[in-house]
Amino acid sequence: MATQTTTELDTTPEASKLRAAIALDDRPSRPSPVSATLTFTWRALLKIKHVPEQLFDVTLTPIIFTLMFTYLFGGALAGDVTTYLQYLLPGILVQTVLFTTVYTGYTLNTDITKGVFDRFRSLPIWRPAPIVGALIGDTVRYTIASVITLALGLALGFRPDGGVVGVVLGVLLLLVFAFALSWIFTILGLLLRTPNAVMGTSMLVLMPLTFASNIFVDPSTMPALLQRWVDINPVSHLATAVRGLMGGTTSFDQIGWVLIAAVGLTIVFAPITMRLYRNRS
Amino acid sequence: MATQQELAIEARGLVKHFTSGKTTTKAVDGIDLAVPEGTVYGVLGPNGAGKTTAVRMLATLLRPDAGTARVLGHDVLTDADAVRSVVGLTGQYASVDEDLTGTENLVMLARLYGFTGSRAKGRAGQLLDAFGLADAGSRQVKTYSGGMRRRIDLAASLVMSPKVLFLDEPTTGLDPRSRNQVWDIVRVLVADGATVLLTTQYLEEADQLADRIAVIDHGKVIAEGTATELKRSVGEGAVHLRVADSADRARAAELVEQVLGTEVTLAPDPYALAARVPDDGAVDVGRLLPTLADAGITVPEFSLGQPSLDEVFLALTGQPTDDITEEVA
Ligand SMILES: Nc1ncnc2c1ncn2[C@@H]1O[C@H](COP(=O)(O)OP(=O)(O)OP(=O)(O)O)[C@@H](O)[C@H]1O
Ligand SMILES: [Mg+2]
Repeated sequence: MATQTTTELDTTPEASKLRAAIALDDRPSRPSPVSATLTFTWRALLKIKHVPEQLFDVTLTPIIFTLMFTYLFGGALAGDVTTYLQYLLPGILVQTVLFTTVYTGYTLNTDITKGVFDRFRSLPIWRPAPIVGALIGDTVRYTIASVITLALGLALGFRPDGGVVGVVLGVLLLLVFAFALSWIFTILGLLLRTPNAVMGTSMLVLMPLTFASNIFVDPSTMPALLQRWVDINPVSHLATAVRGLMGGTTSFDQIGWVLIAAVGLTIVFAPITMRLYRNRS
Repeated sequence: MATQQELAIEARGLVKHFTSGKTTTKAVDGIDLAVPEGTVYGVLGPNGAGKTTAVRMLATLLRPDAGTARVLGHDVLTDADAVRSVVGLTGQYASVDEDLTGTENLVMLARLYGFTGSRAKGRAGQLLDAFGLADAGSRQVKTYSGGMRRRIDLAASLVMSPKVLFLDEPTTGLDPRSRNQVWDIVRVLVADGATVLLTTQYLEEADQLADRIAVIDHGKVIAEGTATELKRSVGEGAVHLRVADSADRARAAELVEQVLGTEVTLAPDPYALAARVPDDGAVDVGRLLPTLADAGITVPEFSLGQPSLDEVFLALTGQPTDDITEEVA
């Protein structure tokens, strides 16, 4: 029958604990956008702590890429490995970090398929916080990948003339660009149905961006059409700027182009992401 | 009970259709709801009826194609943030992060509601304790049993003590003990003044918990009312009795017919008889037993049953149902 039997609950200790927990007299006010965002970053870091396997890719890919490309192309392209490494390593760094950005969409999609995002979306917080927080958390991965690539490079004979400052600035510029590029992958993460589809499609986006660039070779030997693409490809500008910073030969327009590209990517793709996020059913 | 009260949830003409390719699913096809504050409202319907879709629209997760909805006076479309700060939602599928521990999940949510530093930890600890999860707090949620998951999910929805709580099939897949715990939680919440809207496929659950029930099917409300009203709407109740001596049965049948004015059916069992109770409210069923006793007939077993909600449900959704079956309430 539909008669309420609440009275018999009053006495049990469980019920009184519940009552106490429910009777919240002192409600906090909404968190600021920054604090909400950082909470999501904290979550991303906790996930790395609990699922360290997700760092396998991030650590192994740079090692394999660096060794493979250095010894595969080194002799043929530049005569000797050490000479080529001075050109290649900043490029490999760019490639490694950019490949790591695909996990952004993958993780986002996993969250959505598992239902956690429903809860986040039902909270009264600054709406982009879950995504921006996750992207900031991802920079930890990019940093790990960068450190490993650089350490291996140094061991193999990479000697950056830009010194520590140049190297650090190069990595920072790369992180900024990676953050901006991630907005493309968040879109894929929101649009596609399964995490694996996101992964596959993201790779398709990345291939022409990274391979058809000046990461591996100087484009002067390429066919004209390809050269034109390589010249406008923002990843080429990024690789040039990172090379410049690490080699101590940077110019302001090299860095300027990368920053403009980063801002452009964010202006175009972040609002699309947020729109999809709001309307995602 | 259900007197004129402020409405906690009010929906008019809610519609949500999903189109994929050529097929359009009318998931929610014009639903009206009016849920008084401080009550439990049950939304009952079979798989695919549109329960989850309706709840997601009310909880601001899904934009209705048409219609309006207000939660505590805030419009879900134009004032979504205000709605979000008063509602809690426990989705049909686990909505906590399985990779994190129970404590981390609750601390994270507490922070997202604006608790800072040690207060966030304190709130998480208090909830874990209240939900009997204190010992499991430091384990990843993926190691929890089904019942524990439901409880951490519920705890997560209560971090801010919402005034309105949506529970989408909160007990599906739980054993009777865990189910009872969830029911107790709902009762405590409502006793404390909250409003709970819960969806369920279980009639017993709606019967036990809900002050009012909406039965939905194919995206439409096909019946609405208290459990009793719904049962009455499908027809008559029935009395079932057994006599101690089979020789008394014929005489008992005569007397029952006199009191109730309806036809008596004699069961194959020579001791049992049953009769419909007219639903006009004019018959005093209570007179049956004294009448039989006066006639010297011993009645060791007597039950008065309304049709079960199962029968109501089947009758309303038009699916084939057996004739009124034995129902011992
Ligand atoms: N995002 C979506 N895209 C397409 N169709 C959908 C979507 N969500 C729900 N539907 C369809 O809408 C209908 C109603 O679904 P809903 O999940 O609301 O039912 P339900 O009553 O919650 O069912 P259950 O008891 O199985 O949880 C179903 O036919 C479902 O397939
Ligand atoms: Mg459902």
